[in-house]
Amino acid sequence: MPLFHDDDQAMLADTATSFMAEEGNIAKHLRHWRDRDCKDGFGHGLWKQMAEMGFTGMLVSEDDGGLGMGHVEAGIVLEQIGRNLTPSPFLTSSVLAATALNHASSDLKGRYLPGLVEGDSVFAVAIDETAKHRPDRITCKAEKSGNGFKLNGAKSFVIHGASADMLVVAARTSGADDDEDGITLFAVPKDASGMSHDAVRLVDSAMATHTRFDGVELDGDAVIGEVDGGRAILNAMLNAGRIGAAAEGVGVASGAMDMTIDYIKQRKQFGRLIGEFQALQHRAAHLYSEVEIARAATIKAQQLLDGGSERAELMISVAKAKVAKAAGLAVKEGVQMHGGIGMTDEYDIGLYMKRDRALAEFLGDAYFHANRVAQLSGY
Amino acid sequence: MSDLEQFRSETRSWLEANCPPEMREPVRDDDDTYWGGRNATFKNDAQKAWFEACRDKGYTVPSWPKEYGGAGLAPAEAKVLREEMSRINARPPLSSFGIWMLGPALLQFGTEGQKQRFLNEIARGEIRWCQGYSEPGSGSDLVSMQTFGEDKGDHWVVNGQKIWTSYANHADWIFCLVRTNKEDKYHGITFMLFDMTSEGVSTKPILLISGNSPFCETFMDDVKVPKSYGEDVPGYVGTINRGWDVAKYLLGHEREMISGMGGGDRTAAIGAAMQRQAGKTGDELDPLLRADLAMFDVDALAFTAMSEKFMDEMKAGKGHPAQPNMMKYVGTELNKRRHELMMSTGGTQALEWESETTGGGKPSRNWLRTKANSIEGGTSEVMLNVISKRILELPGA
Ligand SMILES: Cc1cc2nc3c(=O)[nH]c(=O)nc-3n(C[C@H](O)[C@H](O)[C@H](O)COP(=O)(O)OP(=O)(O)OC[C@H]3O[C@@H](n4cnc5c(N)ncnc54)[C@H](O)[C@@H]3O)c2cc1C
Repeated sequence: MPLFHDDDQAMLADTATSFMAEEGNIAKHLRHWRDRDCKDGFGHGLWKQMAEMGFTGMLVSEDDGGLGMGHVEAGIVLEQIGRNLTPSPFLTSSVLAATALNHASSDLKGRYLPGLVEGDSVFAVAIDETAKHRPDRITCKAEKSGNGFKLNGAKSFVIHGASADMLVVAARTSGADDDEDGITLFAVPKDASGMSHDAVRLVDSAMATHTRFDGVELDGDAVIGEVDGGRAILNAMLNAGRIGAAAEGVGVASGAMDMTIDYIKQRKQFGRLIGEFQALQHRAAHLYSEVEIARAATIKAQQLLDGGSERAELMISVAKAKVAKAAGLAVKEGVQMHGGIGMTDEYDIGLYMKRDRALAEFLGDAYFHANRVAQLSGY
Repeated sequence: MSDLEQFRSETRSWLEANCPPEMREPVRDDDDTYWGGRNATFKNDAQKAWFEACRDKGYTVPSWPKEYGGAGLAPAEAKVLREEMSRINARPPLSSFGIWMLGPALLQFGTEGQKQRFLNEIARGEIRWCQGYSEPGSGSDLVSMQTFGEDKGDHWVVNGQKIWTSYANHADWIFCLVRTNKEDKYHGITFMLFDMTSEGVSTKPILLISGNSPFCETFMDDVKVPKSYGEDVPGYVGTINRGWDVAKYLLGHEREMISGMGGGDRTAAIGAAMQRQAGKTGDELDPLLRADLAMFDVDALAFTAMSEKFMDEMKAGKGHPAQPNMMKYVGTELNKRRHELMMSTGGTQALEWESETTGGGKPSRNWLRTKANSIEGGTSEVMLNVISKRILELPGA
């Protein structure tokens, strides 16, 4: 398979590009909801529109009412979400939660997938427990209780946690905190008693929660996959979520870069366009190279994941780390090359910096993934 | 079986029968590479047998047309041959600037007579060419070059000096940029071809910091270059005074070649190999070195994906035409970083300049040699200039 979009994918990219630029742009969404101090941090209307476009159920099989597409396609939508900084539950719901639900019983699928496909439901995922991504260690406990389970513990950095109709929660049902096995995934409905959210606005204006589970009673039907066998599904979610975050990061990076290059072609100082200064040209050209390479790593990882390759996990970490570095460079150079106005809230470049920071942390930063590349390579 | 599969299986058996085991070993020393030419000698019988088998089959230049010494393979067939050769680690049977540079220029700009003569000589390894571009005063700003050819009717008289002429002291002929009009910078250069044994040509090797001297200064002192070597065989490529077009075409070709070399999935990531190597000297990787190796591996594996994407896009006629400049920039900078990390891992052992353990100082010599990667074929700074101008379309670049 060549490492570029085929005709259908190119068509999808055209559609997603114009849709997000028109409907999901910064003025209409990120600024709009932020300035109204919206408790969700995103617009349900756009979510519904995305459902009409077929986006929300892209990764859901056709049998379950979705489009049965792959991560290349999901990445196409995510890149445009990134480019427009569109606040959207797409990554958490349509990528992460959908991947979990694809492994669920037909009962759970029937309960949750139609709402996702229709754009009526929003899902969140509760994995991390500390300030850094550390999915190897899961301490949140679910103990057997009657026919079901009782959930105790806390999760943090749950994006859209308070807005979600259902949370996919990774909990320990057996073994020690650092054990590979003994993890079970649960679909916890929003009205579960004993679940409480402490909602916080993040630097990028997204809403996240610290979520507590105090003796939350769940029946056996809430289990996604097998009891104690959640690790494999969790890994599938992480693969999907990480490469999705990388694709969104490519959008953030290229959005910030394009904006900056446009700017240095317009701004004049010392009687010249600042884009004529070689000091800026070389940094812009270097940035371009880094962003192109991050994009290539991302599409390679998407294709490997869609093809079920053994090398997918390694390449996903390569892509996540590379994108974090490239997008980080794009936003930092972006603010610097805008000069003073780059520091003002009025200009969008700073919004890219904020989004990049949050996205870089999501499901493991560049350090985490570079370390993982080393481990997977055997050193 | 499809035609291509048929071709693959034929190729496989042909290679099995014709590529000696010794020619499936990695290239270790300079004389493991066969360059051809009037004074060429073979290192051993295997090298000779392999070269001759390929020459007779047209496989020294598989995609050139048969009448010019190639095998006339279609792109898909040439790819199969490359894959099958790399599967058994077969060495290139013949390396030369004729194959890499002059050949493509002649295929694009040459007359039928030039192709018949020069391409066949190159394909058969009979004539070894060198490249005369850079001058002491004209490196990055190559078009400012001064070597001058005075028009004497049926020939030019050439005076001047070239530098960095690779293997000029072993080459039979040179393709050389010569100024033929001092008034017009870009339209005043002719791409000349002449014999290195012509009267007035002399060479002097340059010793590099790596201790090798594959490069020369080449001096031209009243060298007579004929305008014609026979019917339909001009002594220059393309049009008189329009040699810059040919040179530019070749520079693009060279950058593609160099950028392609950065790829190669097998050697991209080095962390695991570095850990094994540290183990051999009873050491272990410092945590910060390990971290740098991990970051390098991320960049190297990402660049491997970029190389694959670049090749795929080129084949499909997509992608920006100036993209090879980006590939050259990133690939060479990455290679320099790779060797820095290898030196850091090797520690004091890597410092040994003439020891047996290091194969005659390979680590340090290779490390030093890589420093030229971002200079030769256009410096990194020049690549960044080209990206700025042609891809980002920045003003005044
Ligand atoms: C090992 C080796 C092999 C070579 N092989 C060949 C060969 O086979 N054939 C051949 O013809 N030549 C060859 N060269 C020559 C090579 O192409 C030149 O060295 C190169 O183009 C740089 O020119 P220069 O050495 O004159 O450096 P200069 O052009 O003087 O550059 C010096 C420094 O100034 C920078 N600089 C120059 N112009 C600019 C600018 N506009 N903007 C910003 N920075 C700039 C350069 O990047 C560099 O850092 C080789 C060189 C080496 C070292």
